[in-house]
Amino acid sequence: MQRIHLDHSSSKSIHPQVIKIMMPYFSQKHGNPSTIYSQGHEAKEAIEDAREGVASLIGAKSNEIIFTSGATESNNLAIRGVSYRNRTKGDHLISSTIEHMSVINPLKYLGKKGFKTSYIPVDRYGTIDLEVVKKTIDNNTILASVIYANGEIGTIEPIREISEIVHSKNAYLHVDAVAAAGQIPIDVKKDNIDLLSLSSNDLYGPKGVGALYIKEGTRIQPIIYGGGQEKGLRSGSENIPGIVGMAKAAEISSRNMNNESRRLRALRDNLITGILDTIKESYLNGHPTMRLPNNVNIRFKYIEGESLILSLDMEGVSASSGSACTSKTLEPSHVLRAIGLPHEDAHGSLLFTLGSGNEEEDINYVLSILPRIVKKLRKISPLTPKSLLEDT
Amino acid sequence: MYSDKVLEHFRNPQNMGEIPNADGVGTVGNPVCGDLMTIYIKIKDNRIDDIKFKTFGCGAAIATSSMTTVLAKGKTIEEAMKITRKDVANQLGGLPPVKMHCSNLAAEGLHKAIEDYQKKVEKK
Ligand code: FES
Repeated sequence: MQRIHLDHSSSKSIHPQVIKIMMPYFSQKHGNPSTIYSQGHEAKEAIEDAREGVASLIGAKSNEIIFTSGATESNNLAIRGVSYRNRTKGDHLISSTIEHMSVINPLKYLGKKGFKTSYIPVDRYGTIDLEVVKKTIDNNTILASVIYANGEIGTIEPIREISEIVHSKNAYLHVDAVAAAGQIPIDVKKDNIDLLSLSSNDLYGPKGVGALYIKEGTRIQPIIYGGGQEKGLRSGSENIPGIVGMAKAAEISSRNMNNESRRLRALRDNLITGILDTIKESYLNGHPTMRLPNNVNIRFKYIEGESLILSLDMEGVSASSGSACTSKTLEPSHVLRAIGLPHEDAHGSLLFTLGSGNEEEDINYVLSILPRIVKKLRKISPLTPKSLLEDT
Repeated sequence: MYSDKVLEHFRNPQNMGEIPNADGVGTVGNPVCGDLMTIYIKIKDNRIDDIKFKTFGCGAAIATSSMTTVLAKGKTIEEAMKITRKDVANQLGGLPPVKMHCSNLAAEGLHKAIEDYQKKVEKK
């Protein structure tokens, strides 16, 4: 059975052109850019070219990009590095209730270290409330960290408006663009963003590498100390194959974004309307229009997400869920709670994230099996009203 | 992550449904992750003559419900009261540690259904 991967937010395969360009850097081109003989020079050039490639995806200058071990490190560096460096100016940090754990947990840590943290609520579509941002920010605020678009519910945030508010108080704006990059156009200059995190794998590049855009002049200090690589902000020998691979992935993404996003949007909308039309008491999570092209998040009343995923898995489809039963902590997804879903409704959420390999027939296949799966699980559930079982 | 036995019971749950005029009904909620299960029993000559379940929960919760009903069916009330979550998990070839609490649900539901039956008998 050929598997249908509809969980691209968890993992993506690496683009073949990316693998190809990486290969020599594992063997003949193994130089260390800190050395001064020719192989070292070659490695240094490779990194500088890569900076250019990543910068062009987001409209940055190449000297504003530094490479990290992934988006988690980028988020940590941005948040902890800016907070500590600017502590004399203030101690207030702002974020939202729908951030990734790699933003939430550094903020929690800083909260314990004496910083004050505020989390801006979102509406039922997952859009950050600008009025609350205005009310919350003050002269003591040094940093706001918000997500460009949430990968779980797909909602795209009003970054430019947030940026205006944040800069009116002279605070820095960090944006986690991991889910958005490569799917929607991002321009750090137009949006006036100070720091922005990127992940390589989310662009179909290798895992274990990411980048942080840091606008020229931003006051930030490192979180990893050592040999002073990456302008002293990220010590440690550079992961050259990874960096070269990420840049290639970014370049391919920029080139294909318009066509690929249009293609995915059409598939996404077919899947959403197909489900909502054929399955009663199913609802879309996240924003109906301000939505990532690859994101489909639906909740089904009366059933639980893990059993949905298992059932789909048995029929060859990979998907994911924000149900408490699928999480390590046995807590439902904080994002689904933040948009106001009660516990039992968060339970029945099902997340499909589309990607490059998906075709129309994949969507049709899911639409052909899902009603039966939902019906079966609803039959097992004690919560399902009798009337619903009879007429579906 | 699940054993073949768990997957088998998840795919083909045994004794799924309701018993309209059951002799005992036990409903338990799972305080850990918020799931729900109901067990229905029919008693004849002190034995569990028929048993059915309904579950709102994960794959492990559905599989353990199914296995519990299989283990309990035909047993005397005293024997059925002795079925523990361990028995259920063992019969399923083990459960991932994070899923052990789900097996609690089924055994507890069974015991509650029996207690419900006993209370009704006393009243008569
Ligand atoms: S019922 Fe929630 S984890 Fe099993």
